Amino acid sequence: MTSSPVHSLQDRPPVPGVGPLGWLRANLFNGWGNALLTLAILWGLVSVVPPLLRWGVFDSVVTGDAAACRAGDGACWAFIHEKLLFILFGTYPHDQLWRPGLVVLLFIGLFTASCDRRLWRRWLAPLWLAGIVAMGVLMWGGVFGLSAVEDGLWGGLPLTLGLATVGLVVAFPLSILLALGRRSTLPLVRGLSVAWIELIRGVPLISLLFMASVMLPLFLPAGVTVDKLLRAQVAFILFASAYLAEVVRGGLQAIAKGQEEAADALGLGYWQKMGRIILPQALALVIPPLVNTFIGFFKDTSLVLVIGLFDLLRTAKTSLSDPLWHGFYREAYLFIALIYFAFCFFFSRYSRWLEADLNRSRNH
Amino acid sequence: MAGSRPQPQPESLMSEPAAPIIRIEGLHKWYGDYHVLCGIDLEVAKGERIVICGPSGSGKSTLIRCLNRLEEHQRGRIVVDGIELTGNLRHIEAVRREVGMVFQHFNLFPHLTVLENCTLAPIRVRRQPVAEAKAAARVLLERVRIAEQADKFPGQLSGGQQQRVAIARALAMKPKVMLFDEPTSALDPEMVNEVLEVMIGLARDGMTMLVVTHEMGFAKSVADRVLFMDRGEVVEQAPPASFFTNPRSERTKLFLSQILSHTGVPKNHG
Repeated sequence: MTSSPVHSLQDRPPVPGVGPLGWLRANLFNGWGNALLTLAILWGLVSVVPPLLRWGVFDSVVTGDAAACRAGDGACWAFIHEKLLFILFGTYPHDQLWRPGLVVLLFIGLFTASCDRRLWRRWLAPLWLAGIVAMGVLMWGGVFGLSAVEDGLWGGLPLTLGLATVGLVVAFPLSILLALGRRSTLPLVRGLSVAWIELIRGVPLISLLFMASVMLPLFLPAGVTVDKLLRAQVAFILFASAYLAEVVRGGLQAIAKGQEEAADALGLGYWQKMGRIILPQALALVIPPLVNTFIGFFKDTSLVLVIGLFDLLRTAKTSLSDPLWHGFYREAYLFIALIYFAFCFFFSRYSRWLEADLNRSRNH
Repeated sequence: MAGSRPQPQPESLMSEPAAPIIRIEGLHKWYGDYHVLCGIDLEVAKGERIVICGPSGSGKSTLIRCLNRLEEHQRGRIVVDGIELTGNLRHIEAVRREVGMVFQHFNLFPHLTVLENCTLAPIRVRRQPVAEAKAAARVLLERVRIAEQADKFPGQLSGGQQQRVAIARALAMKPKVMLFDEPTSALDPEMVNEVLEVMIGLARDGMTMLVVTHEMGFAKSVADRVLFMDRGEVVEQAPPASFFTNPRSERTKLFLSQILSHTGVPKNHG
């Protein structure tokens, strides 16, 4: 910065070929191999994009009935238009749909609020607790003049978001305890943690769900029933906790031993040491694999359709079984794929921002 | 003594014996089958400055790490400030509150600012009010001449600055004893002095210090006693004047000749 102007002019890095042509040559056509690759990709785009646009936009039927759709060549967005409420909210009573709608908005609001790191220390936990209670009240009803809706009727987006969010909110703290337990010096704690993690990791999620829905009732005394949704939720929590625990343990492993020694030498107790020194560093390190697991877990909620819960995927499938609107698979699956993508993409962008934000001030 | 400098204790300036703050009797430690400490006996008086030197693997770091139970000993007794170190967690934490430690690799908390590094333990362990802890930490950072860096993160400081923060962090707990485990060995040569100066200032103020170091200049100028350790034993201990001019054991002589010839102090070779 303080060098003379003559120097700073000469010390600039060499400027590559300027202008759009220079850019093309430097990036797309530098050498035979790359030139061929560029042409091949261009050809691929030309042959795929226009037909896709024709199908999805220009020739599509946005309003109208099934007959109009069958007459046209394009996508039948009228199908989505017709079935939108069922796909999003399942079999929830029709006159009460504002309730699951509000729940979805609450979820999005809570996700957005959670992005603000200033809220984390004090407000995040109470905020989510209050949010989840409010959502439960809205969905079940039976109080404050809301009519009661049993959870067998729930479905669609609120169910998917609820299973995933409640699952993660409970499984994440649990996974931290499991990871700490696995590194504990107490043999009993370590043994139990290892057994939990290995047993659950060794079983596919789908069999865990079957076990929860089919086998668990066999072990319960006659007359005692546990709600199907709750059983699926517990199976999810068990599953996610085991996977997340190993991710968290990876982070713990990466923290230098000196950090623990320094905390010990200052007289910090075990929970202070972990909560204030080790975990904040360990969790910041494993944000990418954590988010990876979160995203995978969010999409895995679609497996509950095998035990008869109406998640987003199941409601879309069910809407296809309407004889009037038979056969519009592409539209239905594309639509829910977009919904899944929107949430996962938001998640992944946020995690990248968070990583950058955490790294900005501290150069390790 | 919140925020104020500890008063120099007059008796510590002379080598007059005071009540021992550390007592070690027949200390043995093994790593697996390897006998690291083979029967150490040591008493440290309040205000005494002890430098421990010796070849690597001699057990000197292990010895001071036993004093706040970062390492467990298997036989013998260690009593610090009237509390015996056993498996009792309450006793261990009580001792750790009174014993500050500075590490070779600083071990600052990289996710906390310099000021937060220095206030964490006083607030969480000593239950000091936040404002008071911050004020006290700023005084200490002033004392190690790094006050202007209070809001930076450790990763943004040089090694010498980090080590001075580490000293301030340990002092923030107002310890009765300070342990230094090779505090300058990981530093670039030009940063050694800034850390030694802080340590010399601390010694002048009457802090009880046990310093594992190869800085013989530091030993000469501030130590009351120099301990030479080899193969898990204290081979020789003496005031620096006689230790450097008139070492009695052959092992000490050999070690001194190696150390001093490497640090450039003129020395005749046999």
